Amino acid sequence: MVVGIIFIALIAAFVWSIMYGRKVVRTEVTDAVFGNPARALGGWHWVVTGVSTILLMWFLFSWDAGRAFFPRAGNELCQVAKLNRTINPVRSAFPLDGRLLLGTQLLQRDYLQINLLREQLKNTEFNDADRAELEAIVEELHDTLAAQASSELVDPAIAGQFEDIATRIKKLAADMAVEGYPGPIDEAEHAKALAQPGWGKSSVELPSMPITDRGRKFDAASLVMDEIAKDYTVIKNTSPELIARLEALQVRYKNFVVDTSGDAKVVTKRNELLKQIEKIYKRIDDGRIFPPVVTEVVEEALVILDKEQKSQQGTLRYINALALPGGEVIAGNKACSEQGSGRWLPKPSDTLFTFVRMADPDVGYKGVSLLWYKMKPISEMVGFLVPDWVAALIPGEYPRHDDSGEISSNFKSKAYNFATGNYNSPALPIPTGHIWDSIVRVLTGLFLGIVLGVPLGIFMGLSRFAKGYFDPLIELYRPVPPLAWAPLVLTIFGIQDDGKIFLLFMVAFAIMVISARTGATGTQLSKIHAAHSLGATRKQIIRRVILPNSLPEILTGIRIAIGVCWGTLVAAEMLAGTTGIGFVENVARKQSDYEIIWMTIILLGLLGLLFDLMMRWVISRSIPWRGKG
Amino acid sequence: MSDLVADKLNMEFAMPSGGAVHALKDVSFTLKQGQLLSVLGPSGCGKTTLLNIIAGFLRPTGGKITLGDHEINGPGVDRGMVFQQGALFEWLTVANNVNFGLRMKNADKAETAKKVEEWLDIVGLQGFGDTPTYQLSGGMQQRVALARCLINDPDLILMDEPLGALDALTREKMQSLVVKIWKETGKTIMIITHSVEEALLLGERLFVMAPRPGRLHKQYELPFAEQGLNADPRDIKHDERYVETREEILTMIWDMEEEIMGKAEAA
Repeated sequence: MVVGIIFIALIAAFVWSIMYGRKVVRTEVTDAVFGNPARALGGWHWVVTGVSTILLMWFLFSWDAGRAFFPRAGNELCQVAKLNRTINPVRSAFPLDGRLLLGTQLLQRDYLQINLLREQLKNTEFNDADRAELEAIVEELHDTLAAQASSELVDPAIAGQFEDIATRIKKLAADMAVEGYPGPIDEAEHAKALAQPGWGKSSVELPSMPITDRGRKFDAASLVMDEIAKDYTVIKNTSPELIARLEALQVRYKNFVVDTSGDAKVVTKRNELLKQIEKIYKRIDDGRIFPPVVTEVVEEALVILDKEQKSQQGTLRYINALALPGGEVIAGNKACSEQGSGRWLPKPSDTLFTFVRMADPDVGYKGVSLLWYKMKPISEMVGFLVPDWVAALIPGEYPRHDDSGEISSNFKSKAYNFATGNYNSPALPIPTGHIWDSIVRVLTGLFLGIVLGVPLGIFMGLSRFAKGYFDPLIELYRPVPPLAWAPLVLTIFGIQDDGKIFLLFMVAFAIMVISARTGATGTQLSKIHAAHSLGATRKQIIRRVILPNSLPEILTGIRIAIGVCWGTLVAAEMLAGTTGIGFVENVARKQSDYEIIWMTIILLGLLGLLFDLMMRWVISRSIPWRGKG
Repeated sequence: MSDLVADKLNMEFAMPSGGAVHALKDVSFTLKQGQLLSVLGPSGCGKTTLLNIIAGFLRPTGGKITLGDHEINGPGVDRGMVFQQGALFEWLTVANNVNFGLRMKNADKAETAKKVEEWLDIVGLQGFGDTPTYQLSGGMQQRVALARCLINDPDLILMDEPLGALDALTREKMQSLVVKIWKETGKTIMIITHSVEEALLLGERLFVMAPRPGRLHKQYELPFAEQGLNADPRDIKHDERYVETREEILTMIWDMEEEIMGKAEAA
């Protein structure tokens, strides 16, 4: 319902903005010069068009729109798929979908094998008597194979079986044409069908029990067709003459004794040839080749059934093609599912629903909320300020338990508890969750990169020694893709926060060093001269002239670093770890949970955009002089 | 008395290809306190090198230069600089540019603010204290640079083509301002310029330098700066002696340029 309204509103927005855009173009007589960059300013109505195009495509190809407008189409298509599934074993034997007739295909393959066998025989050493016998066997193989295709040799009983199958298929087609087939509704079954969870509402994507009359017709037909197909597949070309020839052939090659004299390699080759003969013999013995005249009745019947079931589908075929594009519904053994874009492109409404469900901190993902808070005692937070070894410096010994198992405390043990943060204190709310973990890692890595990279970069911009000494160090590790470092860094620093933060620090550090160095070396000499003449000391020149002068480069560096860090982090989280957005996506990938994969993709995009917008705002606020000097 | 005394200054730059360029050769002069000196010369005659040596940004390879009773050895607050492009700190406001020197000395804040007001008044930028410098026009930026330099109360003011980037009208106004400040403060000023007219109008003394090697070619003592305080600069420009000197110097520099071109072609 809601999806349907949104879909129609999107179409309206799409059409309206295109019409408005055309109207604006007609009225803009003053802006007549092609190539004028001012033309690219404004035009938010084209933004509306672009956004609604993307959303419309998403709604359409994820089948969300189709599901909203035709909620029962999925169930009906599932029944159609069931029928197609049961027809398929019979259908695949005939050249209905651009294939060869099954018998023709088998003959082609076997003739090819026999030709290869002839070649092999020529190239293998045998004495004359053996060679003659084997050549005769191979020719007999070929002739027996060809005999299967002969309509004169085929058993009339077999032809009768095909007639029977064809009659049954035609009967099914005629039945389907009758209104009211397969008879009155079984109320109990119908109630069960209605009680199934809806389309996409459970792990089974599509409810498989038929709900509509059309659905029941196809469901019933699929049951009948299943029986027919079972009977069809067991038919074998077994005329008495063929069987007699095959048995004689088997006796002949079984009685052939391989000459074991001579080179071991030659003997192996001889044995291989015999095995090859047996393999082809067994294929012929399957009896899957019939004369086309015998089987064509079934083919005719299939065409009739095809036509009938298509006409019975009626509008469903158009709904399938237009409202559920890019894929189809297929039936499995027990359930039906979406294939194609309907499968890998999750529906917007389902994705939103998944996000809302996971946003509930009690649900979360793998026991961790997406973004929530938890109460953390202050003692734990400040615990790291006092190193644990401080307690060890206090004279005396830690208390031991006494005979009654009591543990008394002394000053030393109290000091230890204080240093480790093990005491009662009020708790503060601290953000937590996958999203928060990712953000904290990026910002910590970035912060360390800035704090250490900017001073080094400026130092390198000012000192010949620093430039020469640190340049090889940075230029050696910087060109390595960050992810190439990940396995090593994560092994050394652990798969938890430390490793990832260090990896991000490496990324941010190199970028910040280079941008700060560029900024520092780009300082106009006259500004430095002026500062000297005004009595500034070295420290003051760095702090008051070089640093502010490098600010545009440094801020641009931060903006680049934040983007690269964000990308590296997600990949690092996919490699290892137990929290973070990348971790969520990786687990969802392993479970083929497309909704969560898309949710994480959208989330990552939005957070990346947010970071960039923040940086743009900071840049516009803090260096308004850039480009105006 | 803090006179500027240059004694046989020599400056040689080593070239990467080997050999050396003699930028200054045996330059000696004395600039008395309160004098206004303008320096003229064709490109490559060592004007800027001389200025950088006086400012302390370069150490001469030979000779000695003293201001007052101490030898110049590195930059210092006793010599203020004004550059062609202002060299303002664009991240600071006008007031913070002007008080930069005092802030570096951690001077008293209230007193600094008062001084800034005074100096903005003198250079004609009342009420622009809180304006960011990148919003100012070129002429206003040079006024800020002038105030920033003067607030430090230097003994000697060095100007490296300070008005070169300004349009003609602004340039005339700034020339009067420089003369006015020179007379009111009694500072020693040294101006490097490309414009013969400017050098004549501003300079109480005038050096014409010659290139290869850079040396003092001719010195003049001129009355026009003094006159400019009262008379209209346009009248001075029609003064007979002014026109005569201008033509003489122009011919001199023209010949030097010709000679350089000839040398370059011969090589």
